[in-house]
Amino acid sequence: MARRPEPDRMAYWQAVDSGRLLLMAAAAMLVTAAFASTAVIVHQQQQLIDWNAALAFGGLIAFGELLRLALPGAREAAPIAMVGAMSYALLLTVRGERPGVTLPPVLVIAVCAVGMMVGALPHIAAGRPAGVTGMCSRLVAVAGVAFIFRSVVSGFVAGKPWELIVAVMALLIFFGWLIDTVVGALIRADDVGARFAVALVDEIRLQWRLGLAVGASVIITVFSVQAMGLPVLIAFIGPLLVTQVAFRRYAGIRATYLQTVRSLARVTEVAGYVEAGHSRRVSRLAVAVGRGLGMAEPELLALEYAALMHDIGQLSLRDPIPGGATVLVSAADQQRIAELGAEVISQAGVLDNVAHLVRCQAWPARGHDPVPPLGSMIIRAANAFDDMVGSSTDRDRSVAALDRMRLDPVGYDVAVVTALSEVASRRVASRL
Amino acid sequence: MSSGQLGIGRPVAGPPREARITPAAWVYIGVVVLAATVLVARTPVLAATHAKNPWADLVVLQVLFLICDSARAPLTSRQTIWSPSSAATLAAAVLLGPAAAAFVGAVSLVSVRRQPLLGERLFNGAVHALSGLAAGSAYLAINHHVGLPDYQHFSRIMLAFAVAAVVHVAANHGMIWMINRLNRPGGPPRAEASESSLTLLLASDLGYASLGLVIASLWINLGWFSAVIVLVPLFVARWAMAQFTEEQRAYTATMNALCQAVETKDYYTRGHGDRVSRGAVMIARKIGMSSARTEAIKFAGMLHDVGKLGVPTQVLQKTGPLTEDEFAAIQLHPMRGLEIVREIGFLFEALNGIMHHHERIDGRGYPMGLAGHEIPEFARVIAVADAFDSMTTTRSYREAKSIDLAIAELRQGAGSQFDPVVVEAFIAAIGQQGWELPVPAGPPADLAMVTVQDHDDPTAPLQVVIP
Repeated sequence: MARRPEPDRMAYWQAVDSGRLLLMAAAAMLVTAAFASTAVIVHQQQQLIDWNAALAFGGLIAFGELLRLALPGAREAAPIAMVGAMSYALLLTVRGERPGVTLPPVLVIAVCAVGMMVGALPHIAAGRPAGVTGMCSRLVAVAGVAFIFRSVVSGFVAGKPWELIVAVMALLIFFGWLIDTVVGALIRADDVGARFAVALVDEIRLQWRLGLAVGASVIITVFSVQAMGLPVLIAFIGPLLVTQVAFRRYAGIRATYLQTVRSLARVTEVAGYVEAGHSRRVSRLAVAVGRGLGMAEPELLALEYAALMHDIGQLSLRDPIPGGATVLVSAADQQRIAELGAEVISQAGVLDNVAHLVRCQAWPARGHDPVPPLGSMIIRAANAFDDMVGSSTDRDRSVAALDRMRLDPVGYDVAVVTALSEVASRRVASRL
Repeated sequence: MSSGQLGIGRPVAGPPREARITPAAWVYIGVVVLAATVLVARTPVLAATHAKNPWADLVVLQVLFLICDSARAPLTSRQTIWSPSSAATLAAAVLLGPAAAAFVGAVSLVSVRRQPLLGERLFNGAVHALSGLAAGSAYLAINHHVGLPDYQHFSRIMLAFAVAAVVHVAANHGMIWMINRLNRPGGPPRAEASESSLTLLLASDLGYASLGLVIASLWINLGWFSAVIVLVPLFVARWAMAQFTEEQRAYTATMNALCQAVETKDYYTRGHGDRVSRGAVMIARKIGMSSARTEAIKFAGMLHDVGKLGVPTQVLQKTGPLTEDEFAAIQLHPMRGLEIVREIGFLFEALNGIMHHHERIDGRGYPMGLAGHEIPEFARVIAVADAFDSMTTTRSYREAKSIDLAIAELRQGAGSQFDPVVVEAFIAAIGQQGWELPVPAGPPADLAMVTVQDHDDPTAPLQVVIP
């Protein structure tokens, strides 16, 4: 089976446009300005800079970038680097010695930038993506916090009770986290074609716990360094790593899970029940349509699983349907395949929502009682489209298939078909 | 076994066992509790500290310990550990001295966690008190000073704390190890490979323990609030671990369901993948595979025949000898299976096991004709479990063989078809743990689901027409 280029990846490169470029430009300007002013400061008052702190926090940031964390949905975070960068931005004193005058915000940005670059080098050397977008986003967030705290707030909070300082810091950390999250949502909405509001809610839902852990760790780091100096960072790396490992394993099993369902869904293809690549294509189409209709990520995941396994019921058939095209068999047979498939999936006991989507996939969009869920209507349309068009990128075939579905507003939901035609036209465009 | 906790008679997963404490264990518990009481009573309470309000601090640390100890994460996976309560004990050792550390540890006695047995509660309380006392004494002996850490002596404090943490972890695990040895009421030894995860367990315990020093440092500026803020990342980590456990359970369940779906095609081989997986895991444990490899071979066993779906149904249902083409179609099924599972990101070894599970030691197997130790270990293991299950289940052309008969067939094939080491390991494992035979399959309701050709059966090799 010849492998086609991944359409997602092509879309990624095409999406290096407005949003991403703007972010990179902003980060590049910040870094350039920070390096220039740092050079001036180093030249004029070198003796006032606490090089040990710069080295310690720069090292922590580099270490954190090295240990980036893959999160569900092809996201990347660097919680330990973020702890290092934010703590450096909010540093009060090191063992009671005030770095206030000697730690201007530009130095924070310069140290962060150097730490991130050093931490990214091993990734580049190993042939992994450098993750420039993520680094830029983190840098912008840290810069915002550093400017506000170091130039405005630090003088004001000096000598105030710890309750007030902690509250101010918590507020600033939240602000920094919000910048990082909003930028992440903007980039993601751009990448996958989701609505910004939906992408933002997804991002917040996925990131708030990690953000909370990072925020608390920043406050812990700032105050323990104030009390005991930089070596206490070593004692704190252990617990940070434990948190990181927990998240890594969680994300890892999620990825394996999806991979396994993707692979095992292909048994219907190997057994000759459906055309090669059918389940994968239907799931891609379905997810794209669902995203276009504003579905949130947990719903999209269930939709993806259901679309991958929508034909699994055919395994219980004695003989394969010619070409596997379920669109061509009678409604009663379609319903039977859907029921059998749902039964297989509900055996697992953990995917009941997925089983429900598979069960209702053969129901017509109108006139059926109860009304099928949106996911099932999407799978029905995507399946019909792929049965008629297959892997072909021929524009006429795609248009003809969509016209046929439009003429059947009882069978196929109008909004779903409209979204599908948008996805299909993008698909054709991306192959040109 | 969870770290630093006694959980008598409550295995982490699986059916509940009878909770019972052996007489030897009772004696040991008595000794530990007595030792804890006497030693703590002899240590002056809070005498060593210079803290302003030591009793309030003690209560805060006790609450911290109680929260961490009560909210233990469910430990389905042996490598998943969430046990940060030692941080509270060690913080007390630094801030308030040995007796306070013992008092913080003793809170385990009233932990909200389910501890149905009184002996269990007493023991856990005493163990934590004793390890806290030991750690606190070690810290005091090296640092000569208890109270808010002073950064002028930071290197000495670090050293004292490191020693205290090691003492705490060692004392804790030592006492737990001892009770586990004593509380084995003559039953079979625990099957879990706890040795391989012991390093990880100790490392993560030390990682959590180091948080004790961070709490003590924070105490200088933040007081009691340091106990609160430290809880936040800990609970986030706990959430992630719980999610991991849940996802892993869902993953296994989904895998099982999909494998069953594949097997519905053939009436007689239902549950075959599951049983082969079980047999392969038994062998893997017997020959001492690491827990990661055992996990991989579990999935490899489950999926080893998934490629059979690519074999046309009429070939499997054909009575009488096969043509060469049809035989070739059957011989291709390991490759088909590989094609399906290749993209699953689990161990490379599992893929090898699926691809080569029909190779023979004498080199006359398929698809590659590998011989001896050229055959990957996973494949040699799966081949034995595979043939054994085929022989001990009913086929359309014969009844199921008895376990003894099947073992005799395996012995006969050892050296030619099977790896003798694997065969002996399997026989030994069956002797120890037994083998659960499936319910004998009656005649199926639908004749369409009967397969006549069983490629796994070594006693009835496939007949091929020689043209």
